[in-house]
Amino acid sequence: MFNVSRSGALGFAAAALFSVSAIAADITGAGATFPYPIYAKWADAYKKQTGVGMNYQSIGSGGGIKQITAKTVQFGASDMPMKPEELEKNGLMQFPAIMGGDVMVYNLKGVPSGAITLTGPQVADIYLGKIKKWNDAVIAKQNPGVKLPDQAISVVHRSDGSGTTFIFANYLSKVSDEWKSKVGEGTSVAWPTGVGGKGNEGVASYVQRIDGAIGYVEYAYAKQNKLAVAKMVNRDNQVVAPGEDTFKAAAAGADWAKAPGMYLVLTDQAGKSSWPMTGASFILMHKQQEKPDMAKEVLKFFDWAFKNGDAMASELDYVPMPDAVVSLIQAAWKEQIKDAAGNPVY
Amino acid sequence: MSAVPGLPADYDIAVSAPRNGVTPPARPGRGRWKDRAFEWLTRLFALLVFSILGAILASLVAGSMLSLERNGVAFLWSDDWDPVKESFGALVPIYGTLLTSFIALLIGVPVSFGIALFLTELSPTWLKRPLGTAIELLAAIPSIIYGMWGLFVFAPLFQTYLQPHLIAAFGAVPGFALLFEGPPIGIGMLTAGLILSIMVIPFITAVMRDVFELVPPMLKESAYALGGTTWEVVWRVVLPYTKVGVVGGIMLGLGRALGETMAVTFVIGNAHRLSASLMAPGTSIASALANEFTEAVGDLYFAALIELGLILFAITTVVLAVSKLLLSRLARREGTRT
Repeated sequence: MFNVSRSGALGFAAAALFSVSAIAADITGAGATFPYPIYAKWADAYKKQTGVGMNYQSIGSGGGIKQITAKTVQFGASDMPMKPEELEKNGLMQFPAIMGGDVMVYNLKGVPSGAITLTGPQVADIYLGKIKKWNDAVIAKQNPGVKLPDQAISVVHRSDGSGTTFIFANYLSKVSDEWKSKVGEGTSVAWPTGVGGKGNEGVASYVQRIDGAIGYVEYAYAKQNKLAVAKMVNRDNQVVAPGEDTFKAAAAGADWAKAPGMYLVLTDQAGKSSWPMTGASFILMHKQQEKPDMAKEVLKFFDWAFKNGDAMASELDYVPMPDAVVSLIQAAWKEQIKDAAGNPVY
Repeated sequence: MSAVPGLPADYDIAVSAPRNGVTPPARPGRGRWKDRAFEWLTRLFALLVFSILGAILASLVAGSMLSLERNGVAFLWSDDWDPVKESFGALVPIYGTLLTSFIALLIGVPVSFGIALFLTELSPTWLKRPLGTAIELLAAIPSIIYGMWGLFVFAPLFQTYLQPHLIAAFGAVPGFALLFEGPPIGIGMLTAGLILSIMVIPFITAVMRDVFELVPPMLKESAYALGGTTWEVVWRVVLPYTKVGVVGGIMLGLGRALGETMAVTFVIGNAHRLSASLMAPGTSIASALANEFTEAVGDLYFAALIELGLILFAITTVVLAVSKLLLSRLARREGTRT
């Protein structure tokens, strides 16, 4: 009983409250924790406008994939896109719904936010335990004019599996062959060095606590906790600072149309002002819908969110999908999500 | 938390009149069917415990089957934990669980003994009630509060004022140098052990105080009359009289320390690496589960985590069995000494 009420608390509460009129129309989804705040906010606003509720259980990407595969929810959500062959195997399609970015944060006495610039390979070497000190020749050369202390770098990473880690590890795999072969990418990896904090807030508090620490967090957490943020050198060899503009630039440069199954990670994208550690959170749905009416409701919800949800997303430091990508997503809906007779649902 | 389910029964038997073997006299008349029904009801509840235990064990074994098949026994001593390459071993979390619990008991048991002793033998009467209540309140604080307090208050203090001195003091002592190596970062196995010790103290103290209080005054007064000091009375009379309860209390504390999740997760550093240093970050079984369960993508990863749960189950069972064995041996020697 306890278990049931935990995973389905939202569902029960909502079903009990709106049992008569809306029970058939309520949308259910489960998965990633990273986009939960914005999905909840959208759901709230959508409910006020249309009367259709959306119950989202933020149980983690792994749980989201399990639940959508078992068809207990109408959509799943994952921070890590599923590979095209896995989508095929499970009869699923995916589309990105919201974006965010990872930023490098540090704690160095006398070095203000934005003073330090790092390249991808340097970050990889720090997290591999090869660059051990802040005044290492490589970092010093990258940051002339910054007084770097002779201090050990304390590496902080996530201890729980997360989309934030996936974006980070995916980026490092793209820019460092050694990282790719030794560690690889995933929502959790075998860290060669450092301490693990639980959640973005755990990493943020460790970095604030430990002198000489470096960590990676979701942009919103760095902003809210006023952590010192490093600039990065992107694929076009430009120095960029994190922010909505550079996240959007990374998304705009991405060629979603050519990515099979929309399997695309927005890290290390080309473009002068692209932030190198940008990522999207994905929605998973079954291609063959047994209940086309419900699927239509889900798509209507996301259609509404793409049209009306941008301001809410920016407010919470997420990055909304660019319009060009939205029309691609909607084309994919028409093409891929069908009812039993093979007619498009949307 | 429920790691020592057998405890209260022992503890009752130790301190009150034995109830075993006493059958209530048969009562004639109307009440009998009620007695019968009540008896069956209680029997049902008792059986429920077994079936729940069996169900937990069965689902743990079923869930970890994939990992059991793929990793075999090597799972127990492999220190690898790589979700990307799907290679898993339980050595690091097992080591972290046992080490932090050991530190917790090493500090917690003497302190609890001291508090219980003070409360029952030395404390002025006006202080007994408030102090006793304060201890019980400590036991009621949710573990996440201990974790947050540990991370935000204790760890920085520990890092600035204690850790550098520990490293300086023990860094040069042969044998201890390895234990106190590394930069002072405030979080790690030692911090987790210290927080756990604070968490188990109220449990152990409460049990110890209760059993100490049940020592017949006649026994103690006789010992005092023979010229015993307070220490001698406690060590020679009170402790032998209450040893079953005391061991039970320690086991209750150990049970809590082994299974503690949130507080440990906050301060242990969560790194799957084996390290001799107590200052280094590590991980425990419970904290690894709390960290990784939600995002465990991949069947083998999931199964490996469940197998960790199975191992924790086995560890608590062994601890329980050892404590029962200890108690029964103590009980056997009982008659021969008086």
